[in-house]
Amino acid sequence: MNLVAWVYFPARLAWRQLIFDRTKLIAATCGVLFACVLVFMQQGFRDALYASAASAPVKLHGDLFLMHKQSEAMWRPIRFKRSELMRALGNPAVTEVYPLYLGLAPFKNIETRGKRTLMVYGFDPDSLIFDIEEIKNKRTALRLKDTVLFDEYSRPEFGPMRQLLEAGRRVTEVNDYKITVVGLFRLGVSFAADGNIVTSDLNFMRIFPDRSLNDIDLGVIKLYPDTSIKQVQAELSSQLNEFVNIFTYEELLQNEKNYWANMAPIGFIFGFGTVMGLVVGLVIVYQILFTDITNHRNEFATLKAMGYEHGYFIRVVFASAFFLAILGFIPGYLFSLGLYHLAESQIFMPMPMTFAKAMTVFLFILSMCMTAGFLAIHKLKAANPADMF
Amino acid sequence: MSPVIDVYDLNFSFGSGALTQPVLKNVTISIRKGEIVLMTGPSGSGKTTFLTIIGGLRQAYHGSVRVLDQQLINSSEQVKVSVRQQIGYIFQQHNLLKSLTALQNVSMALEMQNRMTEQQRLDRAAEMLNAVGLGERLNYKPDQLSAGQRQRVSIARALVGQPKIVLADEPTASLDKQSGHEAVTILERLAKESQTTILLVTHDYRILDMADRVVELEDGVIKEK
Repeated sequence: MNLVAWVYFPARLAWRQLIFDRTKLIAATCGVLFACVLVFMQQGFRDALYASAASAPVKLHGDLFLMHKQSEAMWRPIRFKRSELMRALGNPAVTEVYPLYLGLAPFKNIETRGKRTLMVYGFDPDSLIFDIEEIKNKRTALRLKDTVLFDEYSRPEFGPMRQLLEAGRRVTEVNDYKITVVGLFRLGVSFAADGNIVTSDLNFMRIFPDRSLNDIDLGVIKLYPDTSIKQVQAELSSQLNEFVNIFTYEELLQNEKNYWANMAPIGFIFGFGTVMGLVVGLVIVYQILFTDITNHRNEFATLKAMGYEHGYFIRVVFASAFFLAILGFIPGYLFSLGLYHLAESQIFMPMPMTFAKAMTVFLFILSMCMTAGFLAIHKLKAANPADMF
Repeated sequence: MSPVIDVYDLNFSFGSGALTQPVLKNVTISIRKGEIVLMTGPSGSGKTTFLTIIGGLRQAYHGSVRVLDQQLINSSEQVKVSVRQQIGYIFQQHNLLKSLTALQNVSMALEMQNRMTEQQRLDRAAEMLNAVGLGERLNYKPDQLSAGQRQRVSIARALVGQPKIVLADEPTASLDKQSGHEAVTILERLAKESQTTILLVTHDYRILDMADRVVELEDGVIKEK
């Protein structure tokens, strides 16, 4: 039998049966749409999580990065001695090393006086370790006592900082310590912190009086141009104490992503959410296909009596499943696109709809429908013409 | 010429062990090509069972059932499917696919024939619907047709593939007198034109006059009248 007819005829029958009962078709489509949106949102949140987790390191400018081996991620670092970072200078390929100090601290909203925790970055304002124009331009201002730069992309709960600055209201408290906001920059929120401020290393010590300049969270190493980063990394790992990790830029990003994906329960939660969405969708589609077969039992038995083979009906069921996948995915995709935009504008998380993501979700939905079809075909045995007539 | 349906000493029972319920006992009957045979008998006498065995829908194990030179006793699924494809079946209910139009329903019977193009199928189906007097109703769905019209669509469906045998299971049971009579008249005319063998099970004594031969099945035993 030729292949086109082999697929086309059962698919056509499946399609005609689907569109015959519009109400049921709409209900079925909604079921798939629901699963589709659920999966899209879980995937979107998960990717946003990874992207935002890496937003701070993305803006760091350096060739190698030192972190304590026990540091799981940048937002909860284990401190190590600055002298360890300085030892890296012993390597002839290293030009500069700079410490980075990190700390979570409550920030007082200038308007409402409410406090909310954000991430404080302390760095040597003479260095160029942040690849952000506004920070580079404001380095002189940061050298003054008790000055900070505020991340404009922080959550709105910290106050409308741009308007406040324009109105001249620039004094507030971080960690109950009075500071002056001298400018804005753009970095972005993550799951670890709702906002960011950047200050000098000396100011950082004033904000956190129990911290010391000798205990650092992250070390940034810059090399002479045209040196092999991998080679220096290997050399340093034999020269430095074994309690530090030496990451290249990519490895640092990967380390941050891995933390959120595997170490933190949050990566698991989104994975679990995806699976649950698919299971709910599977049950809905299975239920629809199952009742569909039951309702058409008589018709299938009639066709069997006319000489149609069992395989034909299996193809009808799979074709129905396929059509439901397509019909549910298209509105599901559009709906999710809207939700992504809403999420980006409301919760300030980067949620791009990429082709790869759309494709992944489509494959999920398709396999979900096909599994439902596979589970439903056993019901076809009920369409036995000898028992029907 | 060998008969198209040749049944010898067919026994069939439902259930097993102590609950065995014999339905057909030593049934022997031969039907020649082009013959119209009516089978009557009270309810539960095994008429439908007999028809489903001949039609390759039900497996029988004892005796001999040769249909179109194929042995159906202990046959494989393939043999049964091939016999079904050469038989037109008319059911007690019309059993049309309610999501398809009359034309699509009839052409479903031709979809298994690969040699035809889609257009040829539709033309052939339309021709057949014309022949049963439904040329004006090609694109009506079963819900939009009367009971008599539906049964005529199902007659068209059974005959469109030019089967060698038509099996009909009480085709007039759900019809009033006039539309029932119309339906069987059409069936008879078309069958005669194409030399099709018909085995028709009925309670309906009003249509006995169309038969070449009438047999009666009572308590699983067949009697010629």
